Amino acid sequence: METRRKFLKYAGVSLLGLAAAPVSRAAASYIPHESHTKSRAEALTGSRWAMVIDTRKLTRESDFKPLIEACHSVHNVPDIEPPLDIKWIWTDKKEHVFPGKHNEFQAEKIEHKPYLLLCNHCHNPPCVRVCPTQATFKRESDGIVVMDMHRCIGCRYCMAACPYGARSFNFMDPSPHIKELNREYPERMRGVVEKCNFCVERLAEGKMPACVEASDGALIFGDLDDPYSEVRKVLRKEYTIRRKPGLGTEPNVYYII
Amino acid sequence: MLETALKGSPRYWGWLVLLLIIMGIGGAAWYVQLDQGLQVTGLNRDVSWGFYIAQLTYMVGVAAAAVMLVLPYYFHHYKAFKKMIILAEFQAIGAIIICIGSIVVDLGQPQRMLNVLLYPTPNSVLFWDMVVLNGYLFLNLIIGWVTLQSQRNNMLPPKWVKPLIYLSIVWAVSIHTVTAFLYAGLPGRHLWLTAIMAPRFLASAFCAGPAILLLVAFILEKLTDFRVGEEAKKAVAKIVTYAMCINVFFFLCEIFTGFYSQIPGHMHPMMFLFGFEHGNYVAVLMWIATFLAFLSLALLIPPKLRENHKILPWALAALVVATYIDKGIGLLVGGFTPNVFEGFTFYAPTMPEILITAAVYASGIFAITILYKVALTVQKETS
Repeated sequence: METRRKFLKYAGVSLLGLAAAPVSRAAASYIPHESHTKSRAEALTGSRWAMVIDTRKLTRESDFKPLIEACHSVHNVPDIEPPLDIKWIWTDKKEHVFPGKHNEFQAEKIEHKPYLLLCNHCHNPPCVRVCPTQATFKRESDGIVVMDMHRCIGCRYCMAACPYGARSFNFMDPSPHIKELNREYPERMRGVVEKCNFCVERLAEGKMPACVEASDGALIFGDLDDPYSEVRKVLRKEYTIRRKPGLGTEPNVYYII
Repeated sequence: MLETALKGSPRYWGWLVLLLIIMGIGGAAWYVQLDQGLQVTGLNRDVSWGFYIAQLTYMVGVAAAAVMLVLPYYFHHYKAFKKMIILAEFQAIGAIIICIGSIVVDLGQPQRMLNVLLYPTPNSVLFWDMVVLNGYLFLNLIIGWVTLQSQRNNMLPPKWVKPLIYLSIVWAVSIHTVTAFLYAGLPGRHLWLTAIMAPRFLASAFCAGPAILLLVAFILEKLTDFRVGEEAKKAVAKIVTYAMCINVFFFLCEIFTGFYSQIPGHMHPMMFLFGFEHGNYVAVLMWIATFLAFLSLALLIPPKLRENHKILPWALAALVVATYIDKGIGLLVGGFTPNVFEGFTFYAPTMPEILITAAVYASGIFAITILYKVALTVQKETS
């Protein structure tokens, strides 16, 4: 009788121990994702990253190609036929990029040329608001809207919520469609949403976003909260517009027309 | 009490086997979808929700039939609904099963579904939809089962069910409101960005849900010796008529706001829906829905026609098809077309999508069949 009681006692204690491990792990996973990590000394830091696109310098397809390739090759973005395609950064006609700003009497060279699109990394992002698992979240440190690919359940609520069409869904396994795999950056699996991440992985290494680096000065990247940053200087000097500002999402991507 | 579902006619068993076969075929299609991804559906980058979410939208309404009967019966002691009420509660259970099933098959990574519980996110309407749908499922299951059990034992239902019944009335309103908020709260989706989205959901629910219930009652009266009573049928038909009038009125309010203001964003989705821009099969369906909606009103509003049992089922069927096209397919496809680039992307459900949806429906109907069998057996035993 005595040994049995003892056995039960030990069994209970060890079961508790077994239970405690996953509980603490679960608790750790509940902490906002970024608190798990410490940034490196060389990392570029800012509290509200933004981009200015000088559309005057980007007119022909050949101007856009290196930027798009730089991004898509770094991030293992697959090459899939529309309408199931994955896009992080791409181009479209003016009336599609800026609906409501259509002007048939506008100068030809402004009205009829492609414009660059990417995630706006909104200050007030609707995709973050609707995500039921916090798989999409805005980093408190620098305002970049990023995704946890392992948490996404693929409900695509964020795609319905994004008024900029910045999000793509992996309708199939993307790996056969990746031309050359970059082993430095993860692939995705079928059934999750993805989008531009403002190159968080490059900023952490002290590098500018891939598209900015490849743009030959047409894209300017910097911290809006720093009055002396390159973006603030440009914004002070040039007239810029943003996509669908009336929706209150506060895009952090600006266009010089 | 469940054992009563194990004894039935060959027709009953045949029906259950048929449903199981449909579930099997759809289940195989779902396996293919899980393996190959949602590329097997007609969904795409621009129309990212489609046939599956359309079923959620419509069936949420069908679940509401219960409240239209529970409210008069318990609040106003309207005794004519006594026999029908259990049918309404059990119909709600099947409808909610279809709703939840439709969400699950729509997910890209359904095995991670419990992340919604692991990381509860109160700012997401989808989180609340999960809460209210599951809540309504359990409320109806408990209320229906306990009241039926008491009836079988020739006793009054226990006192603790009463507060649950009152709660279920409020809860029924919440499932529509929250599901409508899934759509209404999104910036840049012009068709959905309307304050009367939730009222429209309620109006269409309160006509379509009781209409389906009444049709089911007609079928049950044909197949079994169960009778819901003439007065109950009359009353439900009246509820359906009033709710459909309000539903059509709300729709016309949307048309007015869009076309009188002439704001392109408000007009384009409706122009698409009725075939004036990029017309396709959706426009054909929407015109059929318009015709059937007015036909059903023409047959429902005059009391002479409404009380004619030869005409009433047809009027109800017309109403069900009309509301299904409008709230299911029209609301979803119109919400995504034109897309956020003011462009047009085609969407139509594919065969796997239809088969999987059929299986989801079959599982809901399977549950309803078993619950109805229990309910009808108990009613027979006690009458």
